[in-house]
Amino acid sequence: MSILVSKSTRVITQGITGNSGLFHSQQCRAYAAECQPGVDVFVGGVTPGKGGTTVDGFPVFNSVIEAREKTGANTSMVFVPPPFCADAILEAADAGMELIVAITEGIPVMDMLRVKRGLAGSKSRLIGPNCPGVITPGVAKIGIMPGYIHKPGTIGIISKSGTLTYEAAWQLGRVGLGQSTAVGIGGDPINGTDYIDLLEMFQNDPGTEGILVIGEIGGSAEQLAAEYIKTHVTKPVAGFIAGQTAPPGKRMGHAGAIISGGGGTAAEKITALRAAGVVVSDSPGGMGDAMKTALSR
Amino acid sequence: MKIHEFQAKQLFKAAGVSVPQGIVCKSAEEVAAAFTTLGGPVAVVKSQIHAGGRGKGTFKEHPTQRGVVLVRSAQEAADNAKRMLGSTLVTIQTGEEGKQVSTLFVEQGLKIARELYLGIVVDREVGGPVLIMSSEGGMDIEEVAKHSPEKILTEPFDAVAGLYPYQARKMAYALGMDATAVRQAEKFLPQICRFFVSYDCSMVEINPLVITEDSQLLALDGKVTFDDNALFRHKDVVALRDLSEEDPAEVRAADTGLSYVKLDGNIGCLVNGAGLAMSTMDLIKLHGGEPANFLDVGGGANEDQVTEAFRIILADKNVKAVLVNIFGGIMKCDIIVAALLNAYEKVGFNVPLVVRLEGTNVEIARDMLKASGRDIISATDLTDAAQKVVKSLGA
Repeated sequence: MSILVSKSTRVITQGITGNSGLFHSQQCRAYAAECQPGVDVFVGGVTPGKGGTTVDGFPVFNSVIEAREKTGANTSMVFVPPPFCADAILEAADAGMELIVAITEGIPVMDMLRVKRGLAGSKSRLIGPNCPGVITPGVAKIGIMPGYIHKPGTIGIISKSGTLTYEAAWQLGRVGLGQSTAVGIGGDPINGTDYIDLLEMFQNDPGTEGILVIGEIGGSAEQLAAEYIKTHVTKPVAGFIAGQTAPPGKRMGHAGAIISGGGGTAAEKITALRAAGVVVSDSPGGMGDAMKTALSR
Repeated sequence: MKIHEFQAKQLFKAAGVSVPQGIVCKSAEEVAAAFTTLGGPVAVVKSQIHAGGRGKGTFKEHPTQRGVVLVRSAQEAADNAKRMLGSTLVTIQTGEEGKQVSTLFVEQGLKIARELYLGIVVDREVGGPVLIMSSEGGMDIEEVAKHSPEKILTEPFDAVAGLYPYQARKMAYALGMDATAVRQAEKFLPQICRFFVSYDCSMVEINPLVITEDSQLLALDGKVTFDDNALFRHKDVVALRDLSEEDPAEVRAADTGLSYVKLDGNIGCLVNGAGLAMSTMDLIKLHGGEPANFLDVGGGANEDQVTEAFRIILADKNVKAVLVNIFGGIMKCDIIVAALLNAYEKVGFNVPLVVRLEGTNVEIARDMLKASGRDIISATDLTDAAQKVVKSLGA
């Protein structure tokens, strides 16, 4: 079992004719073909103005709604450049895509506020933007993570960061743990899905036995997650927060990773998580061990 | 991106937000002339640097000279300007090194009845912009928030619809404004909120927002930070960028597509991915070292980027060792090592280099490092890497 990505997932790529869009669609298609031989999971793409053509065997459509009608896709992976990305996400929602995974980094905050408003009341779930995507090992990956690092298993990962998630998956592998699903929620200040919704999904997923929460400085999403864990999550949870040594007022790469007004520090997030019973590793080298400890409690 | 006070006020004015009359000056003569033009009995001469705390700050060359001064004559204005221009202003926000002042802003003196605080930010929890006001103008708002949080009023508003007049009145009445000032606030507050949204700001701060004795609302200060991701649609804002206010190494890094933040330690780091880069700093500290920087080469680091990253790290005189931490995903480890070795050659390393690699093609990459014959210390995992780089400092 898993969350978000299952065997019924069918994906189109918005921005498939761009370099990254095409490259990662090919990588995702290859991974899915290995996991589910004979099944087409990545069924095409959208680039307005290039409908009717094909790129490396992917049919290209002018609009998401046309792509959905012709291919039966229920999921969109978005690689559209930042100035046009908010519009692309809203188009996917309008076309009834159940899951929208936005990889694009650099979408203006105001655009994301409009997207949030546009998605209110819609049935679409947005993951990202500025994230590595979602992977259910052994089934499919929708995003830019290297597939082979993630082994099938029973741990759900929720993370703000890309390479740190790979690091975590690798460390889990060293202690003999795989993942049910790993979700990158992205490093932007405003994102589509936060920890809480995913914690709920993992809590309800029979295939998930433990959850690893990877956060970073900025905002209060981790503190809210801690509150939720305390009252709603019975499965073992481990965690790590990046940026314990980050200076205030400086953006650490991710647009959302900034300590402002004395708030959003790693220390307050770690304290909140520990108070909720989460096994938090002080060192990024100890994420796998922390998960193991949480499971053995 | 940040801009100067005088630039913020020019943008405010164009957006219909009231500001005092002011003149930008580059010389003592211009300052004297500005005093005369403004025609008041008093004027205020203000140093233009991005950092805050200018009023209480003093100059390195003239320890009794303040960064913002009230003057009563053209002569007094010019005398102050001579001490300020070209001198180094040190405030609580500049650090010890201070900032050189090359521009002064001369403003009309006002008869001030009250000083308020106004700020606008995007609240992540609310998922939208929020207007923040306080009766405690001129104070450090974080201090007010700590000691008397009841004095801080917040009003979330819709990014598309803007701040409604009723919301402005709600604030104005809560702040105890008189009837004339309330009518002013009904215009002023929605205007500044519209400015925030239309210019893609990440922060606007007016501290103080003043009410004059004749109940006029004016922005006496202006601090604006823009969302870097939205600058592509604000060419007029990009034109206001003052590179002398930014760290040269950080500017250089950004030009190469690297994300770099200078810190005070002595262990330089080069990492792929922001989360892993932050974690690497934490790791160094945890093992008794001090990171010299945050540096994210991004997912697709090529040789040029790695070379430039090494140059930036080694240009920092404090750096006594370097830790490279790469988790190769789509970008394969062997490609990164090839870039690393070429960069090593070009840059001329003179401090210990510890490399920790993991991910795609890691075996090939480790063999390449070994075969290169370079004096590079190889590490197996994060903890091993941190221990080795801290140890290399003592060697």
